[in-house]
Parts: sequence; structure tokens; C-alpha cells
Amino acid sequence: MIKVSGLTKDYGARRAIDNVSFDAQQGEIVGFLGPNGAGKTTTMRILTGYMPPTDGEAIVAGYDVVEESLEVRKRVGYLPETVPLYNDMIVFDYLKFMGELRRIPNVEDRVEEALDMVGLYDRADGYIGNLSKGMRQRVGLAQALLHRPEVLILDEPTIGLDPSQVVEVRELIKEIGKERTVLLSTHLLNEAQNICDRVLIINKGKIVAEDTTENLQARLLGAERVTLRVRGEAEDLLQTVKKVKGVQSATAREDGAVEFEYSSGRDVRPEVARQVVNAGYDLIELRPIGMSLEEIFLELTGSDAKRK
Amino acid sequence: MRNVWIIAKRELDNYFNSPLAYVVAFAVLLPMGIYFSLIVWVSAQQAMMGGSPPDSAPLNWLFVFLLIFLGPALTMRLLSDEARMGTLELLLTAPVRDFELVTGKWLGAFLFVMGLAALTLVYPLIINNYVEPRIDWLATLSSYLGVILVSAALLALGAGISAIFTNQFAAFFVTLGLFFFLWFMVNLPAGYLPSGGDVLNYLSVSTHFSQSMNNGAIALGDIVYYLSLTALGLFIGTTAIEIRRWR
Repeated sequence: MIKVSGLTKDYGARRAIDNVSFDAQQGEIVGFLGPNGAGKTTTMRILTGYMPPTDGEAIVAGYDVVEESLEVRKRVGYLPETVPLYNDMIVFDYLKFMGELRRIPNVEDRVEEALDMVGLYDRADGYIGNLSKGMRQRVGLAQALLHRPEVLILDEPTIGLDPSQVVEVRELIKEIGKERTVLLSTHLLNEAQNICDRVLIINKGKIVAEDTTENLQARLLGAERVTLRVRGEAEDLLQTVKKVKGVQSATAREDGAVEFEYSSGRDVRPEVARQVVNAGYDLIELRPIGMSLEEIFLELTGSDAKRK
Repeated sequence: MRNVWIIAKRELDNYFNSPLAYVVAFAVLLPMGIYFSLIVWVSAQQAMMGGSPPDSAPLNWLFVFLLIFLGPALTMRLLSDEARMGTLELLLTAPVRDFELVTGKWLGAFLFVMGLAALTLVYPLIINNYVEPRIDWLATLSSYLGVILVSAALLALGAGISAIFTNQFAAFFVTLGLFFFLWFMVNLPAGYLPSGGDVLNYLSVSTHFSQSMNNGAIALGDIVYYLSLTALGLFIGTTAIEIRRWR
């Protein structure tokens, strides 16, 4: 449904995306993972027909985004990152307006259906300007879903939502992704893991990794990392932890805690706990720490970034 | 073309959702009402000495004159505000051609001004009741045709300029400057130049209105002039939107 090859976009002298290629099939949820400024929004804007690429080709829903832009736009639902909305319009009127532009038959029924899907039915008569950020996000989502598009492109769809709404929106996206193609961007690793079938990691305009969520997880979580803390002074704590069999590396942090890693196949936490207690320390914390996106980038982009 | 109408309809609704529509209507109708009273009063005085009865030409001249100042207020945010708020991204990713977007925006402003112009029809109707013989409706029609064409041209130029800017006040002042230039300035040196004065006169928005249609003389050249300006404005707007895409 989406086929991108060699896509490049320059803003003046700055290259926003550089030779990006990927594809997405029907019924697949593909996640675009990367830090701010990596080129996620630029890529999405090209795919939605908002701007033409400097070079390369993109086919969305069977049409070229440059040559047959209108056909692409008819078949794509798009939620821009900033969720632009007309603040002085009523929610229902706004969706009806967008629906009319898309020539939806029985547009009022479809607006109600979309409002129902995003759980905003009771705010249909309110002004958009009075909505909270999370609700605005859902109005934007309703707009993207309105015409039942073949391809849904969502730029940071869960940003600004409260935790329960995040869960709801993710469930909604998963449901939609069963039949249609969804391309969403996020800078949250757990979000990508949670909803995407496949993840593209993009950094500085280039795709640095592309894999299924499971594989990527396995690659990244080859080692588990744990932080350990005891009460009071602990000069020899580091040595005690290091001595435990299976601990791959251990470092003392400035605040007195110790971080250690072990291979994910073999959980050494019980043994570490036992040794620490036997050595006479009062163990107060033993907590796994996930890898931050930053660290994943260090992993994926190699040594040149590690100097940081 | 249905998209044009959908966008125009929203724009028209939008005018009435904001104080702007009422402020502009007030700023047009109040001076016109005062002017109308004056004209009737002066004509009544002159009628005793055999002066000509009043007609709507000076009123329509005032309407267009006010449009020079108020038109920019109506067109300034048409597209600049969409760009500023980011909603342009929605419209440019909807299945709408850039030309339809700009034309729809223009049509919204144009219909609003036409609504105002329709309200001023009350003046010739009143005059018609009091003069003997009845007023020359064909001349009135010609005058109103002029109002329609001038409005279309000015508002299209305003819409076009609005598409260039992201700041609505920048759009306002550039539009005001252009209207002012086209109405008052461009033909000023015409009388002093040894040659080429005709060209400057031709470029002036006011000569095609005041000296022809508002005097009951409909000439194809004047109609073509205004329609060309309208097309030019819409073309500028469409091109500006296309340039935005490429940036």
C-alpha cells in the first residue's frame, strides 16, 4: 500500500531525509521511530501529498504522490503532528466540512460514527477552541478516520493524551490496522513495541534499522540492566555485585547505587540479592531499567555517537 | 467546482462567527446611510430650482471607495491565517486543488461583499418612490454591475496577497497599499506625461468604474479589465500556495 524508494527532501541546503526506502502492506501497522528532527514528519508530509520530494518516488494506495496527488489524498487519512484545527468552529461542523471536501455520502452519519469511535460524541456541539489537548487530538483522529481511508498516516498520535486515552487510542489504531495500512510516528519505544508490527528507526534523515518489533526487541534487549541500591554507605557493594556469577558488568553511580547487566537468558537477580544481603547490606531497591531511546540510538548508530 | 462552494460556504460562516463581518458591515452601511440622507436633502433643495433627481451612482461610488479600505480587512486572513494556524496542512492534504482552495476563499469574501451590496439596493428603491419620473433602472443596473466587477477584482487580488503571507497584518497593509495605488495613484501622472498616459489610465481601477459603468455605460473592455484582474489575483494566490508546498 505504501512503497517508498530513494526518497530525499532538501530544505534549502539542509537535507531533511536522505534516500529513504521502505514499504508497508495492507493490514500492517508500521511505526516510524526516531528523535525530533529525524525526518519523520517530512516523510509523512510527502506521503500525504502535502509537499513534493526533492528526489525519489513514493506510491501510496497505488498512486504516485507527485503525479496523482489528488488520488492519493482521497485515499489517505492524515493526522498532522500539530493537530491543526479551526478553533472557532464547532466539532461537528468542522468534521462535516472536512467530510464534504472528501465527498462522503451521508456525511452527518459518518461524522457521528467517527466521533463515536474516538469517544467524543458528547462534545460534538462544543467549540474546538474549548477542548483540551487530548480531545483536540481525538478530533484530529476522527478527521483522519472520517472517510475510512485505505492508508492512515498518524504523526505522533498519542502525544498529549492522558494514560487512559493513550490506551484507548492505541487499541483503536490496532483495530484499524487489522484491515488497513497504518503508518505512525512516535518517539516512544514502548508505543512502537505495543502497537506496531514493524518498526523503522530513522535518525538524521536516514533509516538506520528496520525490523519486526519482536526482532528489534530481542536485538536491543540482549542484556538486561538493573539498578541496585542499599541503605547507608556501601564501599564494597560494587565488588560484591561483580563477584556474582553471571553479572556481565557493573558500575557504581554517583548517587551510591550500582548498575549491573546480565544476559537476558539467565536471571541473576535472586543471587545478587542474596549475596548483597549476606554481605550485611540492607537492600532497598532492585529495579530493572529499560533502555531509553537515546541508548537505542547509541546502539544502532554505532560508535560515532557514543562519545556523548 | 463543488469544493469551491464548500470552502466558500465555510468562509462565509466564518465571517459571521467573528466580529469582523459586523464591524465591516457597520463601517460600510453607516457612512452610506449618512451620505444617502445628504444626497436626498441636497437634491430636494436643488429640485426646487429644477435640478436633476438623485440616483444611486454616487452611493455606489462610495461603496467601492469604502471597499478600498475595508476589502483588505476582509481578505487579509483568508489564506494567511490558515498558514499561521497550520490548518493549511489539512486543506493541502485533502483532495482539493490549490486553485479550488484559493477560489473558494475568494468566493466567500466576494459573497459577503455582495450581501452588503444587496443591502444598499434599498437606497435606489427609496429614491424610486420619491422621484418623478421613476429612476433609470438600467443605469442603476449598470452601476451595480460595476460594483460586482470591482469587488470581484479587488477581493481576488486581496486573496492572492493573503496567500503570500503568514502574517495577516502584513497581508492587510500590502493589500491596502495595492488597492490605494490602483485606485488613486496609478493614473495621477497621466495628465502630465507627454505620452503613455493612456496606459496609466487604463491600469487604474477607478477609471473603468467611475467613468463608465457607474455612468450607465457598459463597455466590454471594462468588463474584460476587471475579469482579468480577478483571474490575476486568483492566479497569484494559487501560485503562492504551490510555492508554499515546494518550500
